[in-house]
Amino acid sequence: METLWFCLVAVMVAVYAILDGFDLGTGIVHLAVARSDAERRQTLAAIGPVWDGNEVWLIAGGGTLYFAFPALYASAFSGFYLALMMVLWLLILRGISIEFRGHLDNPVWAAFWDPIFCGSSALLAILLGAALGNVVRGVPLDSAGDFFLPLWTGFRPGADPGILDWYTALCGVTTLAVLTLHGLAWLALKTDGPVHERAERLIGRVWWIVLVDAIILTVASFAVQPRLAQSFMERPWLAVFPALAAASLALIRFLRGERRRFLASAAFIAGMLTSAAAGVFPYVLPSVSEANAGLTVFNAAPAQYGLKIGLAWWIPGFLLAAGYVAFVYRRFAGKAAR
Amino acid sequence: MDTALAVHRLHFAFTITFHYIFPQLTMGLALLIVILKTMALRTGEERYSQCARFWAKIFAVNFAIGVVTGIPMEFQFGTNWSRFSKSAGGVIGQTLAMEGMYSFFLESTFLGLFVYGEKRLSPRLHWLAAFMVFLGSWLSGFFIIATNAWMQHPTGYQTMPDGSIALTSLAGLIFNPWVFWQYLHNMTGAVVTGSFVMAALGAFYLLTDRHREHARVFVRLGVTAGAIATLLMIFPTGDGQGRNIATDQPPTLAAMEGLFESTPGAPLAIIGQPDTERRRLDNPLTVPGALSLLTYKRWAGTVQGLNDFPHSLWPDNVALLYYSYHIMVGLGTILFAVMAIAAWKLWRGTLMQSRPVLWVLMLSFPLPYIATTAGWMTAELGRQPWLIYGVMRTAEGYSPKVTAGSGLFTLLGFMGLYALLSVLFLFLIYREVDHGPEPESIAGHAPVPVPAAV
Repeated sequence: METLWFCLVAVMVAVYAILDGFDLGTGIVHLAVARSDAERRQTLAAIGPVWDGNEVWLIAGGGTLYFAFPALYASAFSGFYLALMMVLWLLILRGISIEFRGHLDNPVWAAFWDPIFCGSSALLAILLGAALGNVVRGVPLDSAGDFFLPLWTGFRPGADPGILDWYTALCGVTTLAVLTLHGLAWLALKTDGPVHERAERLIGRVWWIVLVDAIILTVASFAVQPRLAQSFMERPWLAVFPALAAASLALIRFLRGERRRFLASAAFIAGMLTSAAAGVFPYVLPSVSEANAGLTVFNAAPAQYGLKIGLAWWIPGFLLAAGYVAFVYRRFAGKAAR
Repeated sequence: MDTALAVHRLHFAFTITFHYIFPQLTMGLALLIVILKTMALRTGEERYSQCARFWAKIFAVNFAIGVVTGIPMEFQFGTNWSRFSKSAGGVIGQTLAMEGMYSFFLESTFLGLFVYGEKRLSPRLHWLAAFMVFLGSWLSGFFIIATNAWMQHPTGYQTMPDGSIALTSLAGLIFNPWVFWQYLHNMTGAVVTGSFVMAALGAFYLLTDRHREHARVFVRLGVTAGAIATLLMIFPTGDGQGRNIATDQPPTLAAMEGLFESTPGAPLAIIGQPDTERRRLDNPLTVPGALSLLTYKRWAGTVQGLNDFPHSLWPDNVALLYYSYHIMVGLGTILFAVMAIAAWKLWRGTLMQSRPVLWVLMLSFPLPYIATTAGWMTAELGRQPWLIYGVMRTAEGYSPKVTAGSGLFTLLGFMGLYALLSVLFLFLIYREVDHGPEPESIAGHAPVPVPAAV
């Protein structure tokens, strides 16, 4: 039952990363691919009807994590306090920059919001990536399962790490690159004209950056978290997840067709996330201290009744949500208006 | 009180108070917009469609701020209240996750269709989109009230040997006896806010002699819905919620009323200042026996005073609780009186010409916001010193590793950010109000919707 909920939470995180990932990516490249006001309206129109729904996956995923693994939610959210509060501020700034930009037809108003949209999207990608890096690296849990990380210490992973060290910063930069590519693939699919052409040109270059980043990150992850090698050794079939990631990354390069390429990018993100999840399982928050062996799916879950009854309403809710997503994206098919 | 605890409480209090300014209007307006859309559908008059379109714009601005200020609420359970979350997350996480799965997806899907899709949908389908937005927002309210009701009056749970709190009955959580009145009281409050805002704007347009046709619709609908909602606010929903408190939180009732001595035929204090040092109400103006009558439906019923309870069970801020409750009830009474007079004038057909009443309607719109805020302060201060009533104290719930310094840093951050949001909000609402409900009177003024392809 705990393992099933681990998989369901992983699905929620992956769907969030894929869906909000492309609108974050759109924000990251907003200033680069869209130069005139009309073009910037065009990139915003390419995410306008869906970005809010994409972000709901974060809220619903957070809620799912909350009741399925309350001890993890409590420990991780309070331990990463400062970083998460900044995530919240960035989410607020980004949300209003998208919603309010179109209310006034005034060049100064637009020039105020565009860099906020771009900057908050980029910083969110880096922070969310770094947060994932922290979970892979492990945190100094005390005997009660609590911890508190400063934003940085000596930028070295070890017994006294900060939220940012060279490894988690690498995770952040890699996430930035991956979401940049994902956003470009989305814009290439949803736009035409100059924005489309610029996105197409950039995809080729950013792909190489992602490739180099992904290789370095993979090597670094095995070095920082020995458990990863152990997991893949004990359960060789788990290699399907990294294989999915590698194959999808290659497909992004070689597939023809905007839609297929975007789907390959989505599969790449899913592959990366599931590889990390499979590598640390059954841990959900590994420890780097002696006092505590770490939080696992078993010691972070509540009593069985809640998990069982939760399935009864969660599964229909998930199917309903998937139905809405299919409905909205179908209505929104085709190129965004210019 | 220890500083970290005080900072964490203030952190939540500030962010939730600011947040709730927006959903109370969107939940109330959602219902009124469905009524406007229904009138448009039944009469076929373009005027009603224009009214609905105008309020949809006001709705969208409020909704956007409601969403971005709502996300921090869910996060704060983990960031600032980790010991509470670790113990009770398996219970209240259920209703919070349900809100995400069942109402946020619904709302976000249909809001886009409702705000930007009118030209591409048939009138019936567009009505349906409006109805789904209403349904989503009212469901969302339900899940939040169910969560709060469990903290006020926990049901369907069991305390485990390791101190954690396990859910034993999902039905017990959802159909908690507190949910019924608390939900209805809260939602009628949202309708009161929505109808006062609508009536006030209509009165403003009438007094400034602009958009007269639309203004009449706003005033008529606002006053009709407002008269009904302000009445329901007092009876039966307010009365029902009061009996919840009398039954399950007797020290809270005593503190709300400023009653220290237990008395048969207890008086109802209209005005007075509680003095917790000397345990008495200073300068009281009371109605003899009325508190007993309201609580037990008998003049002679005995209401327990604070002196009957050990000091450790007293709400920790008796005076603020007392004032919050009295402000809520006082304003609730005034709001009812305003709407009753306006409704009477409306029935007589003289409201649209009665400038004094229109002035009162126009100036009253802040009052329901104050009343709902005071109402929530009553509920939350009244729950003290408990985080989960009778089960976990507030002082046991906050994050042990998050220092007062970190908490203050992020509280100040939120204050700064919300100050910016407030300025933007007032500016954008002013523009919509200035533009009014009539289509394109000034060239180039219309807001250009972002999403062009719904």
